[in-house]
Amino acid sequence: MSDVSLTVNGRNVKASVEDRTLLVHFLREHVGLTGTHVGCDTSQCGACIVHVDGKAVKSCTMLAAQASGSTVVTIEGLANGAELHPVQAAFKENHGLQCGFCTPGMIMSATDMIRRYPEGLDEATVRAELEGNICRCTGYHNIVKAILAASQAMSKAGKGKAKKAA
Amino acid sequence: MYSVNYHRASSVADAAKLLKSGDAKLLSGGMTLIPAMKTRLAAPSDLVDISRIAALAGVTVSGKTVTIGAATTHHDVATNAKLAKACPALTHLASHIGDPQVRHKGTIGGSIANNDPAADYPAAMLALDATIITNKRKVQASKFFTGLFETALKDGEIVTGVSFTAPAKAGYAKFPNPASRYAIAGVFAAKGKDGVRVAVTGAGENGVFRSKEMEAALAKKFEAPALDGIKLSASDMMGDLHASPEYRANLVAVMAKRAVAAANG
Ligand SMILES: Cc1cc2nc3c(=O)[nH]c(=O)nc-3n(C[C@H](O)[C@H](O)[C@H](O)COP(=O)(O)OP(=O)(O)OC[C@H]3O[C@@H](n4cnc5c(N)ncnc54)[C@H](O)[C@@H]3O)c2cc1C
Ligand code: FES
Ligand code: FES
Repeated sequence: MSDVSLTVNGRNVKASVEDRTLLVHFLREHVGLTGTHVGCDTSQCGACIVHVDGKAVKSCTMLAAQASGSTVVTIEGLANGAELHPVQAAFKENHGLQCGFCTPGMIMSATDMIRRYPEGLDEATVRAELEGNICRCTGYHNIVKAILAASQAMSKAGKGKAKKAA
Repeated sequence: MYSVNYHRASSVADAAKLLKSGDAKLLSGGMTLIPAMKTRLAAPSDLVDISRIAALAGVTVSGKTVTIGAATTHHDVATNAKLAKACPALTHLASHIGDPQVRHKGTIGGSIANNDPAADYPAAMLALDATIITNKRKVQASKFFTGLFETALKDGEIVTGVSFTAPAKAGYAKFPNPASRYAIAGVFAAKGKDGVRVAVTGAGENGVFRSKEMEAALAKKFEAPALDGIKLSASDMMGDLHASPEYRANLVAVMAKRAVAAANG
């Protein structure tokens, strides 16, 4: 057994779990945060993406024990109370989801991508950066639109130097 | 996944000690080992996590000598500004491994120790004539990669880093499997002070290999047209549901031209 101690969405979480417990199962079953999904369980689809110490990772391919001592942010940690995070708002505005199964992973991937490209994003970059996220509903068009819109909104709010979206 | 005992190593010496328990395996990025454990293809009794050992992480460029710690992630290789100057082909290669989330976790040490026949780094190591550094010795890349998923590593030996001399020119081109992004064929071409080295991944039946034929052609002139008319034999190429040996033989030549063009670009 491992004593796992994490900060999840700003809250300290401690639990004793089997060493083989995956981070995604820890989050869903021990912390009760079921917004993080399991789609493929084979490291391909990205439904399980969360941020560990500020970087997007697939939580189905990491042990909870590996993450012990780290800071984790899940989809539940993005909104500020009733106010959606700009990426969440952009997905809503641009119809970036249909069934919604891939959406938590898409949004965690998008927020990480926007952080890594503070100078702004273009369509080709967004599509390449979504390599690790699979959506079976939307055909990706509106997801890409939503991420471009969010990136623009966020860099305007930040330094106002967003590249024109494609 | 079968049950396992997780240990976090504080140093390389600590990891070496922990590796002695049961059927222990090193855990670096986990991007290969955890999926293999989930499908029960791997079932170590113990995992020794080396990913938080600070001494194993990071890229150093000093003059022409490049050293990369074993636990350096693909992301950190891809975004290292000094390395992008010294050997842009390698940052390009790292930036095309898998996807952003895999690159945030996966490491160069794990990739070369695993020696997947379709992995990207082994081609670079071989073409750059890199030295693989372990906790016990130094091994030339040409002696390190010994076959499909096989390396010269002995039981309990830990890769601590790799080092190489930045080449005058180098390029990498891969034709990725559209689902996994692993190479269906990938070619790393480098022109260094000792001549031209061309290494091929994804295609060889025995894993990564050097193409003496293409090296000879490029030694005369390091330009893509020097490879016009090169026909590689399909007999040593891998055939699977993604591509036949004949298709791969042709694809390798196409990727080699792209790699050389990129090197000259
Ligand atoms: C969706 C997906 C897509 C991918 N696409 C690509 C791709 O396009 N190209 C590519 O090249 N790879 C790809 N990979 C593999 C990825 O690059 C892995 O990161 C890499 O193969 C293994 O590195 P790791 O640090 O994750 O190693 P781990 O999974 O932690 O370990 C792998 C093996 O190496 C051993 N090991 C680890 N570190 C050391 C060390 N320092 N010394 C000795 N032995 C060690 C372990 O015991 C284990 O047997 C992909 C993986 C996934 C999940
Ligand atoms: S559930 Fe983790 S990548 Fe699909
Ligand atoms: S909205 Fe259904 S999988 Fe993406």
